Amino acid sequence: MLEEANLGSTIIENAPRTSEIRRFFRVFLNRGVVVFGMVIILLFVITAIFAPWLAPYNPDKIDMNNALLQPEKAHWLGTDSLGRDTLSRVIYSTRISMLIGLVVVVLSGIVGMALGLIAGYFGGWTHAVVMRLIDTLMAFPMLILALLIASLLGGGINNVVMALAFAMVPIYARLMCGQVMSVKENDYILAGHSMGASHICIMLRHLAPNCFPPLIVMMTMMLGTTILAEAGLSFLGIGVEAPTPTWGNMVNDGRQYLLTNPILSFAPGLAIMLIVYAFNMVGDGLRDALDPQLRGVI
Amino acid sequence: MTTYIIRRLILAVIVLVLVSLFVFLSMRLLPGDPVLMYMSARSVQEITEEQLDLVRQEFGLDKSLPLQYLDWISGVLHGDFGTSILNRSPVIQEILRRLPITFHLGILAFIIAIVIGIPAGVLCAVRRGGWLDNFVTTLANIGITVPVFWLGIILIYVFALYFGWLPVMGYISPFENFWLNTKQIIMPVFCLALGPIAGNARQARSSMLEVIRKDYIRTAWSKGLKERAIIMKHALKNGLMPVVTLSGMGVGTILGGAVLIEQVFNIPGMGRLAVTSVMNQDYPYVQAVALIMAISIVLANLLVDISYGWLDPRVRYN
Repeated sequence: MLEEANLGSTIIENAPRTSEIRRFFRVFLNRGVVVFGMVIILLFVITAIFAPWLAPYNPDKIDMNNALLQPEKAHWLGTDSLGRDTLSRVIYSTRISMLIGLVVVVLSGIVGMALGLIAGYFGGWTHAVVMRLIDTLMAFPMLILALLIASLLGGGINNVVMALAFAMVPIYARLMCGQVMSVKENDYILAGHSMGASHICIMLRHLAPNCFPPLIVMMTMMLGTTILAEAGLSFLGIGVEAPTPTWGNMVNDGRQYLLTNPILSFAPGLAIMLIVYAFNMVGDGLRDALDPQLRGVI
Repeated sequence: MTTYIIRRLILAVIVLVLVSLFVFLSMRLLPGDPVLMYMSARSVQEITEEQLDLVRQEFGLDKSLPLQYLDWISGVLHGDFGTSILNRSPVIQEILRRLPITFHLGILAFIIAIVIGIPAGVLCAVRRGGWLDNFVTTLANIGITVPVFWLGIILIYVFALYFGWLPVMGYISPFENFWLNTKQIIMPVFCLALGPIAGNARQARSSMLEVIRKDYIRTAWSKGLKERAIIMKHALKNGLMPVVTLSGMGVGTILGGAVLIEQVFNIPGMGRLAVTSVMNQDYPYVQAVALIMAISIVLANLLVDISYGWLDPRVRYN
């Protein structure tokens, strides 16, 4: 009898939490486009991981005898001016674009959130200084900022990552700062102070976790934005350098053969669009599921 | 209102100073000696230390950093952006030639984004859940994801190469040949405007939806007002406030997009100058373009802030 009662109480104790998670998934998976986005992302991740097994050819293998082939059985998306298989190149590009997106989002996310946390928590002069710095960086169009940095550092994957991460930092910093300023008004933060908790402890253990939801949404969407920006830089010939295939430089390479082989530009562009769309939709879904009030803010 | 404007102005000036500092330092603090770049650009193999010093003096690089900044900024304020490393001509000449082209495309795109995007978003909100709403929302979601450079290439393929209705690329001054100019800029302006159109539509839709749920709108309905009057007179005023802010951000999107679009359509504007200068390592141009774009964006945001404060008195006291 007693055991049964205990069992009952544990269930009740746990109830809100499970229903919370269930609610999250119900809202998140409610919309068709969000599920579509998840499937697309999953497919791209699988493609990126298993690229060597999925790609029918070596993406860098030059075969001048089979240059500029139209789509056919042996080459589903045809070949480029050097006879390289377009499908294999699109598949391998997935790796680089996804990797750059991920690294840039993590890097800029960490730096941006730290800046926003410090600015929002300490307020006053710290806040004013950080905010003006953010305003300054935000005054540049992202691509121009990335161009400016890439022009000084030079091309190559590492520098593209640095340039993009730098350009994205202010977006997180501003969002985090706003979050911290509203969360720090809560009583549990006051309680932390009165118990003598250190600044670091309050910031990392109490503030940061409670500021996360909108930042998770933002990071998801920024994955798409980063991939788009990287593609833009590579398209301009300033991003990832030539022999390495990326969607951006493939679109650019294909331009010369637009009249005869439009697929060379079309295919990689379509890949960019699909993945960016998927990240945006999943971001939308996450926002609705985590905090519907953010609609219109992010 | 005056205090509000003054406060905004002071903030804008601070940001402008920081922007100029950032652009200045981006050249001086990062690896690479501008003098060596200058010399190697002129392919001088054997340079003595004295020659280097001479060039340093010529460019004022022997002074301390703050003094160099003051020199540079006073030059900029007088329209002197330095000289090109590659062809030694004043940067400002090239900028003045290209600025009107980018602004021509940008302003058109900005207007189109407002004229199409906002009514589309409002319509969606009013007819929420209808086929029009679904259609426009889907289009807007695609509009913010499509890579503009790729869209430009597709448009070229379809409308210029396949149907032959529009010229492939290029730019001729509208004063020289207005008709040809119009035909040339249809595709690039559309590409530039697409992102902001989609952004405006999304924002207008979501903020109108929020307003439509408010009590005073229900009151208006219960008074028996016509739908037209409720939407046009009551809902729009509050619903479009956030859209004003966002349309200001559209300026940045358009200027950033110009970098790509001018490259695709072979338009000799600021964006293309930035790209070719990065390729040629001709930093004074890159800096000038970055600086001018940033200034335009700061000023656009200042205008947006001020008009926002004028439209919504609550903002002024915040």
